[in-house]
Amino acid sequence: MSNLAWIFVSTLLVNNFTLVMFLGLCSFFGVTAKIETAWRLGLANTFVLIITAVSAWILNTYILTRTPYLRTIAFIVVIASAVQIVEMAVKKYLPVLFRQLGIYLPLITTNCAILGLALFQTSRRYNFVEGLVFALGAGFGLTLALSLLASIRERMEVADVPVIARRMGLVLVAASCLSLAFMGFAGMGSQ
Amino acid sequence: MTTALAHSPAAALDFVPGAPPPATLRADIWRGIAAENPVLVQMLGMCPTMAVTNVLANGIAMGVATTFVLVGSGLFVSLLRKYIAHEVRITSYILIIATFVTLADLLLAASFPEISKALGPFIPLIVANCLLLGRAEAFAAKVGPVRAVADGMGMGIGFTLSLAAMSAIRELLGRGSLLGFDILGPRWEPWVFMVLPAGGFFTLGLLLITAAWIDELRRRRRALEAK
Repeated sequence: MSNLAWIFVSTLLVNNFTLVMFLGLCSFFGVTAKIETAWRLGLANTFVLIITAVSAWILNTYILTRTPYLRTIAFIVVIASAVQIVEMAVKKYLPVLFRQLGIYLPLITTNCAILGLALFQTSRRYNFVEGLVFALGAGFGLTLALSLLASIRERMEVADVPVIARRMGLVLVAASCLSLAFMGFAGMGSQ
Repeated sequence: MTTALAHSPAAALDFVPGAPPPATLRADIWRGIAAENPVLVQMLGMCPTMAVTNVLANGIAMGVATTFVLVGSGLFVSLLRKYIAHEVRITSYILIIATFVTLADLLLAASFPEISKALGPFIPLIVANCLLLGRAEAFAAKVGPVRAVADGMGMGIGFTLSLAAMSAIRELLGRGSLLGFDILGPRWEPWVFMVLPAGGFFTLGLLLITAAWIDELRRRRRALEAK
C-alpha cells in the first residue's frame, strides 16, 4: 500500500512529468495562456493517461513479450486509436464535455507525456494497479503544472515587461522558477 | 476543366493545396537552419530540447538521431504522398515516423550503448516530437522526394545546432567541461543549477531573449538608417 502511495506522490511532485521530466512541454507552453483551458486540458490528459496505462499493460503482458522491437510502433498506434475511440464515445454520450474539451482531445495523441508514461511504465515493470496509480499521479501532476503556469502567465499579462522578453522568453524563465520550486520536493526520497 | 486538370497526374503535382512555393535546394536546406529554426523560432520539439541537453554529447546524439528520422520519414512520406488517403494520413505519417524511430533506437543501442542508455526513453519519444509530424504534414506530403529530403536535412541541422548550443552552455557552466574534457579548470565552481531541469528552461529562455534583443537592435538600426 505504501508503495502505491509512494508512486503517486513521486509522480505528482518529486518527478513531476512536466517540470522535472520534461514531458508534454508543447501543451505546457501552448495552452497555458488561460487558466480555464489549462486545467481542463490537464483533466483530459489524465483521462487519456489512464486509458494508456491500461492498454500499455495489456500490450506488455500479452503481446509484446516476444517482439520488444515493435514497442514504439505498437504503443503509438494503440494510443492514437484509443484517443480516437474516446473522442467518439465522449462526443456521443457526453456532448457537453466534448464541447468543453474541443480540439484538445485529439491533440493529446501527440503529447509526449502519454507515450512517455507507457515507456516508463514498461521500463519500471509496473503491474496493473501500480500502472493505474502512476497514470493518476502523472495526470494530476500535469494538471497542477499547467494550472500553476497559467495563473502566473495571467498575472504577467498585465505586468510591465521589457519588449524583448514579452513573448516566450519570460514564460520560459517563469517555468524555470516553477521547476526550481519543485526541486524542493527532491529531498522527499530517491527512487 | 479544372477538375479534369487536377485529375491528370502531371497537373496533380502542381495542384497541391497549400504547397510550399518553389525554391532552390539551397533555400530549402537553409530555411530550417535560420529563418524557421525548429527550436528558436518555431518552438517545436521542446521536450528533447530540455531533457537531454545537460551534456553536449547527449544533445548532439539526440540531434543526429532526430535528423535521421526527419530525412527518412520525409523521403517516405513524399514518395507515398499520392497513395495515402487524406482521412488516414496522420496515422500513416505516424507509422512511417515510428518505423524510423525504431531503426534509430536500435542502431544507437548497437553502436553507442552508453549514449543510448543516457538518453533512455527519449529516443523512442522522438515519435511524439511535433516537429516530425509537422514537417510531414506541412512540407514532405506536398513536394517531391528531393525537396523533402533537403527540408529534412535543413530542419535536422537547425535542430542539432540549437541542441548543441543549449547543451554546450549547460555543460560548460554546470560542469566546467565540454564533451567530458575539463575546460574551465579545477578552480571553477560548477553551477549545479544549469544541469538541473530548471536550468534547461532558464537557458532556453535566455537564448530566446537574446535572439529577440538582437532582432530589436537590428530593427532600431534599420529605423535609424531610414531616417
